[in-house]
Amino acid sequence: MIEVDGLVKRYGAKTAVNNLSFTVKPGIVTGFLGPNGSGKSTTMRLILGLDAPSSGTAMVNGRRYADHRAPLAEVGALLEARSVHTGRSAYNHLLALAQTHGIPSSRVTQVLELVGLQEVARKRAGKFSLGMGQRLGIAAALLGDPATVMLDEPVNGLDPEGILWVRHLLRSLAAEGRTVFVSSHLMSEMALTADHLIVIGRGELIADTSVQDFIDGASRNLVRVRSPRMAELAQLLATTGGVVTTVEGGVDVAGLSAAQIGDAAAANGIAVHELTPLQASLEEAFMDMTRDSVEFHAVDADAPTAGVTS
Amino acid sequence: MTTTTAQRQSVVPNARLTGVGILRSEWTKTRSLRSTVWSFIAAVVLLVGVSALISFATADNWKTMDPGERAGFDATSTSIAGGFLAQLAIGVLGVLLISGEYSTGMIRSTMSAVPRRLPALWGKVVVFTVVTFITMLVSTLLAFAIGQQLLKSTGASVGFGDPQVMRALVGAALYLTVVGLLGMGLGALLRHSAGAISTLVGILLVLPIINAFLPADLQRTIRKFLPGEAGQQVLMVVPNPDALSPWAGFGVFVGYAALVMVVAAFLLKRRDV
Repeated sequence: MIEVDGLVKRYGAKTAVNNLSFTVKPGIVTGFLGPNGSGKSTTMRLILGLDAPSSGTAMVNGRRYADHRAPLAEVGALLEARSVHTGRSAYNHLLALAQTHGIPSSRVTQVLELVGLQEVARKRAGKFSLGMGQRLGIAAALLGDPATVMLDEPVNGLDPEGILWVRHLLRSLAAEGRTVFVSSHLMSEMALTADHLIVIGRGELIADTSVQDFIDGASRNLVRVRSPRMAELAQLLATTGGVVTTVEGGVDVAGLSAAQIGDAAAANGIAVHELTPLQASLEEAFMDMTRDSVEFHAVDADAPTAGVTS
Repeated sequence: MTTTTAQRQSVVPNARLTGVGILRSEWTKTRSLRSTVWSFIAAVVLLVGVSALISFATADNWKTMDPGERAGFDATSTSIAGGFLAQLAIGVLGVLLISGEYSTGMIRSTMSAVPRRLPALWGKVVVFTVVTFITMLVSTLLAFAIGQQLLKSTGASVGFGDPQVMRALVGAALYLTVVGLLGMGLGALLRHSAGAISTLVGILLVLPIINAFLPADLQRTIRKFLPGEAGQQVLMVVPNPDALSPWAGFGVFVGYAALVMVVAAFLLKRRDV
């Protein structure tokens, strides 16, 4: 269980996290979603106490992380991939962390096998690929068999097999009753893994919702309509309460269901050649939701420029 | 609220963050880095090897030395003179043991495992102090034994039993250890290898040079309180009238190192990592 209440973090004049409150519950996978630079990593560092909040609190399993007697058994965290001394072997890195808590070296061997690094355990971590580094970070997170697992972009740098492995791992950790909190900037990845979503943009909470509700709410309810008597049908739909937009080869109708449109056309004897409910993809829905809060926009070359008329 | 987690049986039920655990961890970290091991080897080689060279050269030059020089000759400090170079190896090692954690990101793992932070710093200090003191004491005794053999022909050589000799030899190991701790404090304070190493070299080697440009009487007053000058009195046998007494000088040096460490500890507790 992670409880974040009124969390604020300012770095000088820049506010990285602004009045953030949410709860991450055990037994499910909670996705932490936001564009790059939206404050996900900062929030995770605040939960671990690596950064001190400007105000507000972050509690883990009822206490501040630092107040636990066995912090590594409460929260296992994968932060940025670069949290390992490059000159030390994977085994010695994990052993040094385990020893602080009196965790036996047999557990180190166990987590190395779990993440598939037993072959390279004696190699220096500096020689690891990005994916191997991620696996080592996940091994470190699991070392204390923690009640809460918090992973920052765990699939970064992993191959498809590794991505699948992380998905299964997260699901099984949650099934064991753990709190699983995992950040990503990819909605599609979260749709496959998470049960619940916390979406932030510019450090502020945008949505705290189940994945199902997010998907349902995301469909834009547009219906693509084509008809040989298009103008006539468009007129009709507009008067029945639809909002009609002309597109290439037909119209998109908002505010009416496909059934309502079909019935209206039939009642007036107008043939319909296409009647397609359009669902926005999750990625589009996510982008719509966070559009105003994206830190860095790519410049759209075709976008109309103010003052220029054609 | 905790019912779900309580049902799960931990595979490490006895996990507890303890001081002993932190010491073990810091020992593992120290021995598992090649750079650390090589820095210790470098310090030992410099201390024993360079001391032997200096003792050999001194014995060779003995005939050309005038009576004044011979009277002020300190056979003990000459036979361990390689410590002048060994202090740089140990000081740099002290810096790197902390700044290396910052440059690689390891510090985030360390501070996640020990979120109260200061116990991790004290663990490092204790392990480094013990390891450094033991290796430097053994090296100093070895350098002294070799050096006195080489100096025998001068007739000015001394033995372990002579007055002040053991104090000077233990003092040399203590001085080198505190140089390392000063480096460690600077590493923790500045969190940047190059900056901390430059500062350490500046304190030990550049301050005396700057001081030499001051007016003579002011120069003499300040000189005895310079960190390196004060600290090195503890490894001298022949007293220098312009310097502090051995233990007073060493106390001043420890004071400087402690001051740096206390400021570093205070900031470690407050700064984001």
